[in-house]
Amino acid sequence: MSDIAAGRLSGEELAENFSDIHPPLDAMSAHIEASRCYFCYDAPCMEACPTGIDIPNFIRKISTDNVRGSAIDILEENIMGGACARVCPTEVLCEGACVRTAQEGKPVTIGALQRFATDWLMEKGEQPFARAAATGKRVAIIGAGPAGLSAAHRLSQLGHDCEVFEALPKSGGLNEYGIADYKVVDNFAQKEVDFILGLGGITVNHGKKLGQELALGTIRNDFDAVFIGSGLGGVQALALEGESIDGVFNAVDYIANLRQTADKATLPIGRRVVIIGGGSTAIDIAVKSKRLGAEDVTIVYRRGAEAMSATDVEQKFAQTNGVKIKHWMQPVGIVSDNGAVSAVEFEYTKQGPDGKLIGSGEKTTLEADMLFKAIGQIFVPDPVFGTAAQLELKNGKIAVDDSYATSLEGVYAGGDCIDGNVGLTVAAVQDGKKAALAINDYLAKK
Amino acid sequence: MADLSYNFAGIKSPNPFWLASAPPTDKEYNVVRAFEAGWGGVVWKTLGEDPPVVNVSSRYGAVQLNGQRMMGFSNIELITDRPLDVNLEEIARVKKNWPDRAVVVSLMVPCEEEPWKRILRKVEDTGADGVELNFGCPHGMSERGMGSAVGQVPEYVEMVTRWCKEHSDMPVIVKLTPNITDIRTAARAAVKGGADAVSLINTINSIVTVDLDQMAPTPVVDGKGAHAGYCGPAVKPIALNMVAEIARDPECQNIPVSGIGGIANWRDGAEFMALGCGSVQVCTAAMHYGFRIVDDMITGLSNWMDEKGYRTIDDFRSMAVPNVANWNELNMNYDIKARINQDSCIKCGICHIACEDTSHQAITAGRVNGARHYEVVDKECVGCNLCMLACPVDDCITMERVDKGKPYMNWNEDPRNPFSTAAE
Ligand SMILES: Cc1cc2nc3c(=O)[nH]c(=O)nc-3n(C[C@H](O)[C@H](O)[C@H](O)COP(=O)(O)OP(=O)(O)OC[C@H]3O[C@@H](n4cnc5c(N)ncnc54)[C@H](O)[C@@H]3O)c2cc1C
Ligand SMILES: Cc1cc2nc3c(=O)[nH]c(=O)nc-3n(C[C@H](O)[C@H](O)[C@H](O)COP(=O)(O)O)c2cc1C
Ligand code: SF4
Ligand code: SF4
Ligand code: SF4
Repeated sequence: MSDIAAGRLSGEELAENFSDIHPPLDAMSAHIEASRCYFCYDAPCMEACPTGIDIPNFIRKISTDNVRGSAIDILEENIMGGACARVCPTEVLCEGACVRTAQEGKPVTIGALQRFATDWLMEKGEQPFARAAATGKRVAIIGAGPAGLSAAHRLSQLGHDCEVFEALPKSGGLNEYGIADYKVVDNFAQKEVDFILGLGGITVNHGKKLGQELALGTIRNDFDAVFIGSGLGGVQALALEGESIDGVFNAVDYIANLRQTADKATLPIGRRVVIIGGGSTAIDIAVKSKRLGAEDVTIVYRRGAEAMSATDVEQKFAQTNGVKIKHWMQPVGIVSDNGAVSAVEFEYTKQGPDGKLIGSGEKTTLEADMLFKAIGQIFVPDPVFGTAAQLELKNGKIAVDDSYATSLEGVYAGGDCIDGNVGLTVAAVQDGKKAALAINDYLAKK
Repeated sequence: MADLSYNFAGIKSPNPFWLASAPPTDKEYNVVRAFEAGWGGVVWKTLGEDPPVVNVSSRYGAVQLNGQRMMGFSNIELITDRPLDVNLEEIARVKKNWPDRAVVVSLMVPCEEEPWKRILRKVEDTGADGVELNFGCPHGMSERGMGSAVGQVPEYVEMVTRWCKEHSDMPVIVKLTPNITDIRTAARAAVKGGADAVSLINTINSIVTVDLDQMAPTPVVDGKGAHAGYCGPAVKPIALNMVAEIARDPECQNIPVSGIGGIANWRDGAEFMALGCGSVQVCTAAMHYGFRIVDDMITGLSNWMDEKGYRTIDDFRSMAVPNVANWNELNMNYDIKARINQDSCIKCGICHIACEDTSHQAITAGRVNGARHYEVVDKECVGCNLCMLACPVDDCITMERVDKGKPYMNWNEDPRNPFSTAAE
């Protein structure tokens, strides 16, 4: 019998498990950390930040107690500097490039400092930016995720009015429905949305889904320009029989529900959980399963550790949370018992001479009460385009040029939904910002 | 094992590390703890005439740098605020119980012969090893015609020193104020007055910080602040230079020097000794970390001396003095160029921007296969050391001598000097 149950842990244990994994720096620690920064010239960290924040400058300002100046430096380049400070895999971005990593293996903790400065400003309840004189132009934004909100904020700053259409009841995109709870505690995603909207000039319409309540054609007619930041709507399938039986879940759906559930004790979780995938979603669902009280949690990935898209730090984080990671195994069958999953059958894999993955023929079975699919999300074009408008796709995502323009005039796109995006919050914010600047140019010429 | 004991102008101590006249030496309780920790001697907190002075509340200020506390330290305290008899009684007891340690008594009384005569006699009765004349205190006492008000007038320095030599048999150390244009003037006056030794530096006139909320200098006393005496690590360079000035001044006649100012570890002490000091005195470092720092001072100096083969302090004392030269004695043909060790370079770009913005545009910033690459342009490098000093990686930038074989030529001999003796 499959063992799936809610309330495996006490309320206190759950509260502890879903509290801030990296508590904020106090002023003293921030000063000490800031003093470690060398104020590099042509700073490698800055180049490694997708939004190009002037890191040496903002850190120096923390050390001189010019925290407002510091926060503005950050937010000017990255309006979600607060979220990014919490969720960026800094080990492969700014901190990975910090010269102190080369020198002593201990980078300046740029993310923590960024959080210190942005938290300070947001706690003051200030909106440090002002809108330019109204241009009279109106831009429609599809999706209130990081890409959409970043674009909207920049466009509004430039004097354009923005109308955001969001399918879900809350803004924030995956900041609200995806990112791990323990990275963005205390309703941070909504606080940040409020901060961004505090600029003015941005209206968000919830429950408006392109393809259902709205059509791209109409929107193009009604607005001077359109930005699409709708993210990834679908989940990659395993292509196995039994994928829809009880006990088999899409990790992102489970996570979205978990994020919206205040009382974690009501969430059912299996005693034995198997996760298939190798990215940060796999890590997230594995750690969360463990923190909800699952006994045995195993991530199974078809290649070796170095091929996982989850960073080293993420893999270790999962392991210190008691998650087992198995490599070189691919799922070949789902075993069911009474219509629910009871085990997953795997075949050992190896790398063929041409680098391709091949099955070895040898098999093994892992018992599971729950199976999570976390092998990637995909862009689902239909709801976005309907059947009428024809947006060019590339590699299954929206094709854009260097200025984020799609194949349709006046329609721009950015974030997870475009080809070439790396799938990080910070990258979506940068796309939104850059696209907004391109739209501004476009509107000026129109 | 090196022998750290020293006979400083007739005052013997088991090691050259003394506590300077200041709060750490204000009373028996502190001094006994200091001796227990291993300090070689103390200069007792300055005594004056009764009634004792009264201090204000809020007395110290500090300069903090990049997380380093008390890089510089300042105070507006006066001399001891305890009755003379209490101090004298404690001094006598301490000296009796700690015969091997140096107990020197710092003094400051009005600039008249009688008061000096009176107090000297009382100090002599305690069995103390010597006296130190506080001509240095820059605040509070100077306004009363004492301390640096005396130290800044060479005639007074000489006169008071002479009185002290006349009215006592104890060794007399004259403590000099740095708040003067040329330290040698005061030192020469002390020599003329018959001083057995000089000690320096006392604190420097300062305002360490301005409190921008109260709009007042710190330390703030009820909304106002007075100029304060500055000391601590930040003043060491100033003290070293003043010590060297005296050490190489013929008119100062090799007078024994007790070095003071920013000494916090054995290496600081060794530097003062290399410039001629026979003992060194410490205040701020002890006030920051307590007396236990002396352990590193003693063992560090001893280990270093063993490593270098110096058996006694005199083996290396003053060794750097002959190498303190005037600028026009330096070798104009000496030529060094910066060298970057590309393997240890962490690509911070500091060397480039420092030289580019403020010096000689002698370090290029480029990319080699996408990686940052900083390279010295020999033709432009003047060998100023800036990049080496700014580089955060030890020994990553070194200065290489490139003038191979050129003979010594100083500025006086340099043909580029319009007044050169060798020009013709
Ligand atoms: C589980 C999980 C964990 C993650 N953890 C991290 C992390 O720790 N760090 C990190 O940097 N990145 C992380 N990511 C990736 C990051 O969340 C995304 O890269 C980022 O949110 C992309 O932003 P976006 O604006 O492009 O898309 P989204 O955040 O997906 O936002 C798209 C928005 O558009 C709305 N929308 C979609 N279709 C329509 C439509 N047809 N009409 C109207 N509205 C629509 C959606 O409801 C949503 O609000 C994680 C992702 C997942 C799934
Ligand atoms: C709080 C304080 C009080 C001091 N009081 C005296 C004093 O009474 N007599 C004196 O000669 N020097 C006094 N000094 C100066 C010290 O003896 C010493 O010369 C100076 O602090 C430099 O040494 P340092 O850098 O190790 O502190 C005082 C210094 C401080 C910090
Ligand atoms: S690389 Fe590191 S040390 Fe250099 S500026 Fe960036 S954070 Fe500071
Ligand atoms: S020594 Fe001076 S001139 Fe030469 S490279 Fe370094 S900073 Fe430039
Ligand atoms: S300062 Fe030193 S570490 Fe930095 S780039 Fe120059 S040589 Fe390299």
